[in-house]
Amino acid sequence: MYVAVKGGERAIENAHRLLAHERRGDRDVPEVTLAQISEQLALGVDRVMTEGSLYDRELAALAIKQARGDMIEAIFLVRAFRATLPRFGATEPVNTGEMQVRRRISSTFKDVPGGQILGPTFDYTHRLLDPQLAEGFVPEQPATAEASQAATPRVTDILGRDGLIESSPQAESDASVGDLTREPLNFPADRDLRLQNLARGDEGFLLALGYSTQRGYGRKHPFAGEIRFGEVEVEFAAEDVGFAVPLGSIELTECQMVNQFKGSTSEAPCFTRGYGLAFGQSERKTMSMALVDRALRARELGEEAAAPAQDEEFVMSHSDNVQSTGFVEHLKLPHYVDFQSELGLLRKLRQEFAEVNAAVEMQEAAE
Amino acid sequence: MNPDSKQAQRKAAMTVLAHSAAADIAGRLAAIAVPSHENLREPENGLVMLRGRIGGDGAPFNLGEATVSRAAVRLVTGEVGFGYTLGRDAHKAQIIALCDAMVQSAELSGEVEAKVIAPLRTAMNAERARKAAETAATRVDFYTMVRGEG
Repeated sequence: MYVAVKGGERAIENAHRLLAHERRGDRDVPEVTLAQISEQLALGVDRVMTEGSLYDRELAALAIKQARGDMIEAIFLVRAFRATLPRFGATEPVNTGEMQVRRRISSTFKDVPGGQILGPTFDYTHRLLDPQLAEGFVPEQPATAEASQAATPRVTDILGRDGLIESSPQAESDASVGDLTREPLNFPADRDLRLQNLARGDEGFLLALGYSTQRGYGRKHPFAGEIRFGEVEVEFAAEDVGFAVPLGSIELTECQMVNQFKGSTSEAPCFTRGYGLAFGQSERKTMSMALVDRALRARELGEEAAAPAQDEEFVMSHSDNVQSTGFVEHLKLPHYVDFQSELGLLRKLRQEFAEVNAAVEMQEAAE
Repeated sequence: MNPDSKQAQRKAAMTVLAHSAAADIAGRLAAIAVPSHENLREPENGLVMLRGRIGGDGAPFNLGEATVSRAAVRLVTGEVGFGYTLGRDAHKAQIIALCDAMVQSAELSGEVEAKVIAPLRTAMNAERARKAAETAATRVDFYTMVRGEG
């Protein structure tokens, strides 16, 4: 037994050494820097920050480098890192209405106050591979225009003024904010916990669930009321300072999904909403999140909840890719003893089966 | 100066400092005879939980964490300054704390505003204006679309 353990240790050590070598790749090719990852693979960094649930571009870039571009492995690394630092507290809720908008579109109103601002987007590109980008491409400087001083109100605020859309649920005074990193998840879960879960949930999982609602598994007739991306200021009420201290700004994407209306004999019909918010420029993620957020409100809105996207226990228990990969990938770890006991049981069952069959055959032969 | 406007001045300075790079702040500070001071809280890294609001304007929820650095310094004249900033640059938190302490000092406030905060604010606003101008060029103007033969 001792020999086997030593052998395993050396094999693991050498495997990690080989991993480091493979990670580096051809040593004649220049090493990629964190700044290059952060600047040129920015949307990958945004995803790792969002699902790693930690806003720090440099750490996310390091995680992507260390994980060789494996996003879920990178997210895992970031999650593990956050456990190494103390938490000073929670910030004041950010005000997305005062975002310094870099992109802002509405698919519901052409002439939305503040305008349709396309910003840096893949939309309307032809999705043809561009050979120019292969090497040494120097893009033009961006065009500029006189910036408008007009406000860019949230589309939902505009609809809300006429009562055409439900208002956002307000916090009861002194209500605490649920935190699934501190308390284990219980069902049914309130919307604050559901949004926290979805915000760090796997983009692919939420995309598939959001798509399933569009295809009829819990259809809610969504419109992208507004998608905005840009910088918001963050403030932290530091006890030692005695006022809310500015911490700087972060980039966020917000999606307001406007959905099928509801009404009753006592309430006039109005549109309902689903909400998505994520770090960086994460448009697909926030759109998927908003679709699933709306689907998960079935119970609250008195709708039949039969589709997978409407089942909060199913969605919330399987959205986290670090948990999912941990359980799926743990199957790689030695299960020798488990397997030996299964094997022993199987052999015994097969023996019993053979003995019974032999007895039956003998009996048939005797008759 | 009344306490409210002093607080507003400190907050405005902190906004500029948090948005500036540590090297830029340090570069500006070099133009000032910084009084002797001590660390009241050693610069340290930690996390804050970033909060959003349901629907953008509703009840708060926890979005995810961010790295943050903080420090506190006391000038030899007694003023206590605090430094908080996103990210893991603890030195940046410390020089922000130093600036905050000087902003509160009757003798130094004018000088730190003129030589550190004001030029950094100009740079911050220029950066914002640059981004706003680039963004404005991508605004769709439905009324100037060419129609027919033009």
